Amino acid sequence: MMDKPTNNRAWFFVLPVLALVLFSSIVPMMTVVNYSVQDSMGVNNFFWNGDAWFRDLLDPTSEIGARFAGALMRTFAFSAAALAVEVPLGIAVALCLPRRGWAVGLSLVVTALPMLIPWNVVGMMWQIFARQDIGLFGAVLTGIGLPYNVTQDPVSAWITIVVIDVWHWTPMVILLSYAGLRAIPDAYYQAARIDGASRWAVFVNIELPKLQKVLVIAVLLRFMQTFMIYTEPVVVTGGGPGNATTFLSIDLVKIAIGQVDVGSAAAMSLVYYIIILTACWIFFTVMTQLDRRRDT
Amino acid sequence: MTRITLDGIAHAYTRQPRSEKDYALRPLHHVWEQGMAYALLGPSGCGKTTLLNIISGLIIPSEGRLLFDDRDVTRLPTEQRNIAQVFQFPVIYDTMTVAENLAFPLRNRKMPAAAITARVAEIAAMLELTADLKRRARGLTADAKQKISLGRGLVRSDVSAVLFDEPLTVIDPALKWELRSKLKAVHRALDLLMIYVTHDQTEALTFADRVVVMNEGQAVQIGTPEELFEKPDHTFVGYFIGSPGMNFLPARVDGNRAYAGGGEIVLGAGYPALSEAVRIGVRPDFVTLTPGAGLKVQVRRVDDFGRKRLAHVSLGGVPLVATIPADMQSVGTEANVSFDAAHVLVYQNEVRVEGIAA
Repeated sequence: MMDKPTNNRAWFFVLPVLALVLFSSIVPMMTVVNYSVQDSMGVNNFFWNGDAWFRDLLDPTSEIGARFAGALMRTFAFSAAALAVEVPLGIAVALCLPRRGWAVGLSLVVTALPMLIPWNVVGMMWQIFARQDIGLFGAVLTGIGLPYNVTQDPVSAWITIVVIDVWHWTPMVILLSYAGLRAIPDAYYQAARIDGASRWAVFVNIELPKLQKVLVIAVLLRFMQTFMIYTEPVVVTGGGPGNATTFLSIDLVKIAIGQVDVGSAAAMSLVYYIIILTACWIFFTVMTQLDRRRDT
Repeated sequence: MTRITLDGIAHAYTRQPRSEKDYALRPLHHVWEQGMAYALLGPSGCGKTTLLNIISGLIIPSEGRLLFDDRDVTRLPTEQRNIAQVFQFPVIYDTMTVAENLAFPLRNRKMPAAAITARVAEIAAMLELTADLKRRARGLTADAKQKISLGRGLVRSDVSAVLFDEPLTVIDPALKWELRSKLKAVHRALDLLMIYVTHDQTEALTFADRVVVMNEGQAVQIGTPEELFEKPDHTFVGYFIGSPGMNFLPARVDGNRAYAGGGEIVLGAGYPALSEAVRIGVRPDFVTLTPGAGLKVQVRRVDDFGRKRLAHVSLGGVPLVATIPADMQSVGTEANVSFDAAHVLVYQNEVRVEGIAA
């Protein structure tokens, strides 16, 4: 028994995990796949519909296709805007944080605080904060004469949503970058001083290359989360004005729950899922491959 | 081309040092001569890296003055000191090629591009890096990276001293010899002052013209490798240099005779009357097992190193390491040892006492 090179009974021990994954992911997911290829005329009366939902969804001339394309573009634009602010800002703040002494713990805790607040609470805070009549932010901007109005003006709505995400999630980029910076041995800074490098040269030639790995992780996480943004725009703008801040997730909920258009919503979920998966995979592969290729 | 003078340099990492124990480096006076290769040798925590960082300007000493020739540079920032330093772990700029790495210090000093290319080629040829110039530095082996670190220092023509902080720690043993001889060759070719920190005595003794042995923040002895081996000024040097270290036997010294472990040992010189805490020191190389004559000892253990054999013996209860002559076939439990009188030294309170004359 013991002298067998492999023992298939080991599979037995994996069973609980398989069962868990089956019920938490595979079954719900297959239900969605199931809906996406069927149509229904009433309760529990389904019939085969082939790839019609998908063709409709991906055809920009159809009503649902136009809606999907618009929401997709807005979601990509939102991710790009949030990343463009959060990553540089996160690195910049991480560079300014103290490296030793009692201030380290304090500043890290203060930095991390926004991340501990639930999404809908953040949404409520900003919903009030941005109000023109009683919100500090909205009232001040209106007071100094800026055309700020979350419910009427798409630009105001967009800025507000991006600022909320920056406020809520830049701390994650800061903490990751800070950890990456702390991992750089002192000898690098000493060598740079001996080589007469300027502060900017130290950043470009030492800190940024050493941060590359954590930044790949930070960008991935931030991309996934911003691409799935839902709660804040729902609470603050309700997807408006018009559909200016209606992102994919919001549209999905509207179609699935508002219109009870299950087949369309299921097809949309799958495409949404595949987009996130593909984008992350491409980004990760390109970053790691580029890195490897440059070494040889 | 510089002579570096330490004028009472001392350093404590605590703000207000109260006792000698608070000093990582106790007051030190020394002149590092242009063109010489020095080694700072000592156990971990003896202050050698602190001293090195004071010279390169990474640390400002708490006391004393540092002079390059006659210029006081104690508070001058590192980048204005014309010092090159090679660290324990190779420091290279990951995203740059080998050539860009070597050019970096010159670019920072705004040298014209053509002059940079010429100088980089010159240094790369000297360090045998020419073939790798266009490769990314990150993919290279540790010894090549360490050569790049060294090259970044040497590439500046105004560099006045090269400091090494245990540069061979992460290098493969087989490549250590090669890299060390490369360092020697660079030293001969460029006539630079080099200071080499290490805790490995072989590295120190083979690299340096002068070795500074340090212990607990003090320079215990400064001398040529030969002086350190033949005439250690301090028992610490005797212990630390040589493998195994020097034998020390509590003794009573009377003129040119010493009495230790119940035996009489002839000394190479006469000594004045010495008070207590007297020990005689003799290297294992100068104590030999003899077939008949000499003092009687009990043999405890024999270490066979192939090239030589050492016997751990007991002379009247005092442990002693002695050389076994090549022609002596077997060693029993009892033997006799003889001392080479010229190499038996006398120490009082850990410090060597000079003999008067035979």
